[in-house]
Amino acid sequence: MATVTYRQALRDTLRAEMLRDENVFLLGEEIGLFEGSYKITEGLLKEFGPRRVRDTPIAEEGFVGAAIGAAMLGLRPVVEIMTINFSLLALDQIVNHAAKIYGMFGGQASVPMVIRTPGGGGQQLGATHSQNVELFYSFIPGLKVLAPSTPAEASAMLKAAIRDDDPVLFLENLALYNTRGELPAAVEDVEPAEIGRAAVTRPGTDITIIGYSRMARVASEVAETLAAEGVSAEVVDLRSLRPLDRQTVVDSVRRTGCAVVAEDDWLTYGIGAEIAATIQEGAFDWLDAPVRRVAMAEVPLPYAKSLETAALPSAESLLTAVRATLRATGRITPGTDATSPRPALEPVR
Amino acid sequence: MADTVQAAPARSRRARGAQAPEPKTDAAAPDAAPPAADAGTLVGYYRQMLLIRRFEERAARAYTEAKIGGYCHLNLGEEATVVGLMAALRPTDYLFTNYREHGYALAKGFNAVAGGSGGSSPHQPSRAERVMAELYGRSTGVSKGWGGSMHLFDAEARLLGGYGIVGGQVPLAAGAALAVSYKGGDEVVMCQMGDGTTAIGAFHESLNIAALWNLPVVFVVINNGLGMGTTVESSAAEPELYRRGAAYRTESLRVDGTDVLAVRDAARTAVERARAESKPYLLETVSPRLKGHSVVDPARYRSKEEKEALKAADPLARMALELEEAGILSADDRDRLDAEVTAEVDAAAAFADESPAPEVSTLFDYTYATPVPGELRRLPADPVFGS
Repeated sequence: MATVTYRQALRDTLRAEMLRDENVFLLGEEIGLFEGSYKITEGLLKEFGPRRVRDTPIAEEGFVGAAIGAAMLGLRPVVEIMTINFSLLALDQIVNHAAKIYGMFGGQASVPMVIRTPGGGGQQLGATHSQNVELFYSFIPGLKVLAPSTPAEASAMLKAAIRDDDPVLFLENLALYNTRGELPAAVEDVEPAEIGRAAVTRPGTDITIIGYSRMARVASEVAETLAAEGVSAEVVDLRSLRPLDRQTVVDSVRRTGCAVVAEDDWLTYGIGAEIAATIQEGAFDWLDAPVRRVAMAEVPLPYAKSLETAALPSAESLLTAVRATLRATGRITPGTDATSPRPALEPVR
Repeated sequence: MADTVQAAPARSRRARGAQAPEPKTDAAAPDAAPPAADAGTLVGYYRQMLLIRRFEERAARAYTEAKIGGYCHLNLGEEATVVGLMAALRPTDYLFTNYREHGYALAKGFNAVAGGSGGSSPHQPSRAERVMAELYGRSTGVSKGWGGSMHLFDAEARLLGGYGIVGGQVPLAAGAALAVSYKGGDEVVMCQMGDGTTAIGAFHESLNIAALWNLPVVFVVINNGLGMGTTVESSAAEPELYRRGAAYRTESLRVDGTDVLAVRDAARTAVERARAESKPYLLETVSPRLKGHSVVDPARYRSKEEKEALKAADPLARMALELEEAGILSADDRDRLDAEVTAEVDAAAAFADESPAPEVSTLFDYTYATPVPGELRRLPADPVFGS
C-alpha cells in the first residue's frame, strides 16, 4: 500500500492505461509541453511522444469533436479540458453528439472516450472559473458522469472510464488534487471500479449524509466530528452521478431515518434536488425529518476571499444542517448540539 | 493548376490592396483534363442520379401520406453532386454527412454492393429498401428506426452518420481522419455539409485542426445558395466559400455541382491529394436545390423567375440530353431505366410499409454500449422504486 496524492493517482493511472492499450491517447489543452495546467500529465509527452500526447488549439468544440470522431473509429481518447468552465464551449459536441451517437444510429457506433476536467471554487478564480456544472452532463442519458473523491477511487474509476465503451465525463475538483490516500495495490493492479455504484464509505445509524467529490470528503470529516459527540452518521459517496445509484441512497435512509445532501454546486434544480426527490420516492415512510440540502450560495462566485468562503459549502455549514436535522428527529435535544442521550425512535409506521 | 486550386495567395494579395487578378471561381479544372468516361460509366452515373430523383420524389409523397414523420430534407437537384462525390471515394473511405443525406446513403459504396443498389434476395434488403425503411421508422432501417431522415448510418458502406446540428459533423470527421492517421491507414474521410456551415465555429476549428495535424479529410461544402431561406450572400462575408480554405493554408476548389463528371474529377483530386499527402482539402460544389429546404417548405422566398431558371438547370434533364446527343442513351433506353428505377423505389416503399416497427421492449437497448447497474429503465407510467 502506498500513500499517494489524488494528482499522482490520476497521472500514474493514465500512464498505466497508455502502456496497456495502444489505442489510448491523450489530447487537450497544455497537456504536452506544459505538462498539464495542474500537472496531471507531467512527463507523459516525454515518455509517449506527440502522437499519443497531443496538444490542441484552444478550441474546445473542435478538439472534443475530434476526439468523438476518433473514438467512433475505435481509438480511446482521454481528453483534458483545462477547467469544466471551458467545457461549455464543447457542450454541443458532448450533449448532441457524444451522448447521442450510440442511440441515434441504433447501436452501430459507440464513443469510447473520457473527458477529464477539473472544477470547483475556493481558489479565488472568480465567476467564470469556479463553477461546478456537472449537472448539465448528469442530465443527459448516454453520458456517464463520475466524480471520485479519493486517490483510490480516482484510479479505479479512471481505469473503468477508459475501458468503458461510452463517453464518460470524469470530474475532478481542484481542492482534491493535493489530498492523499492509499491505493489498494500498485497502480497497474488497481481493479477498475464498477461504474454506476455509490459507496457507503462510513456506516452509521443516526443520519445519512450524501455527498460526492469534495463534499464526500467533507461529509466524512463531519461524521468524524459527530462521532466524537456520540452521533453515528452514515456517509454515502455517490461517485457516479449518471448512472445514479438510487438504491444505495434509499437503503441507507431507510436504515437511518433522516438525511442531508451536500453538493458543491447551486441548490436550485441541482443534484441535491434529485437526491432529495429520490429519497422522497423511495424512503418517505421511513423519514423522521425533512431532507435538508447544503449547497453553494446562489450567486456567481465572487473573487474576494471573504465572499467566496461564505458562498461555498463547508464542514461547518454541513454540520449545522446535520444538527438541525438531528434536532428535528429528536435524536439530539434542542439547545444542546452535543451529547444528549438519544430518545427512542418511533418508526412512522 | 496551382493557381486555380489555391485561392489563398490571390485573396491575401487582394486584401493588401495589390492588383492581383481574381482567381477563377467557376468549374475550375483539376489536375488534368477530365478523363473521358466510357458509356457504361456515364449510364451508371445517370442511373444512380435517377434513382436518387425517384427515391426523393417517392419520399416526398410518403411524407404527405404521413408515412414519414419529422423532418425530410431532399437531395432534389443535387444528384450530380452526390453521385460525383461518391464516385471519387473508395468503398473503404469514410463519409460524414448532414441531415440532407438520402442520396449519399443510396450512393455511398454503390459499386461495392452486389447488384448495385438492388437486393438479390428477400433476406438481403437493398440499400434503397433499408434507407426507405429508416424514413418510415422501421426496425429494418439503416439505423433500426432510431435515426430517421436526418440520422442515417451504414457501417458496411462506411457512412458514419447524418447529423442534424449544422456543423456538428465537421469536428467528428476531423477526428475520424485523426484515427486513420493514428493507425497509419490510407483511408480518406469525406465530410459533407451545407453552405450555412461555413459560418459556424466548428467549421473553422476543424479546418484549423485538420491543417495543423495533417489529416486526410476532404471537407465538401454543398453550396445550394440558401441556408433554409437565407442567401449565402446575406450570411457569408466571403460568399465564395471555397476561399475560406485560404485562412488555413488548405487547398480549395469550387466546382459546378450540376455536372457529375466535373464533381467526380474535382473530388478525385481532393481525395487523392488527401490520401497521398495526408492533407485536408476544401471543395465547394455549387448545386442549387430544386425545391424548398424540406418537404414542407414551399420556398416562397424564391421568385417565380428563379424557380423557372432552376427547372431549366435540372442536372438530371441536362445529363439525359447530353447522353442522348452523344448517342449513348436513347429516349427508349431512358424510359427503360426509369421503369427499372421506379420499380426499385416501389419495392423500397413496399418493404418499408411491410417492415415492423421497433419493439417497445428494445427502448433501452441503445443508451449505453457498456450497460451499467442503476441505469433508470423506466417508462413514463413506471414507478422509480417498486411498490
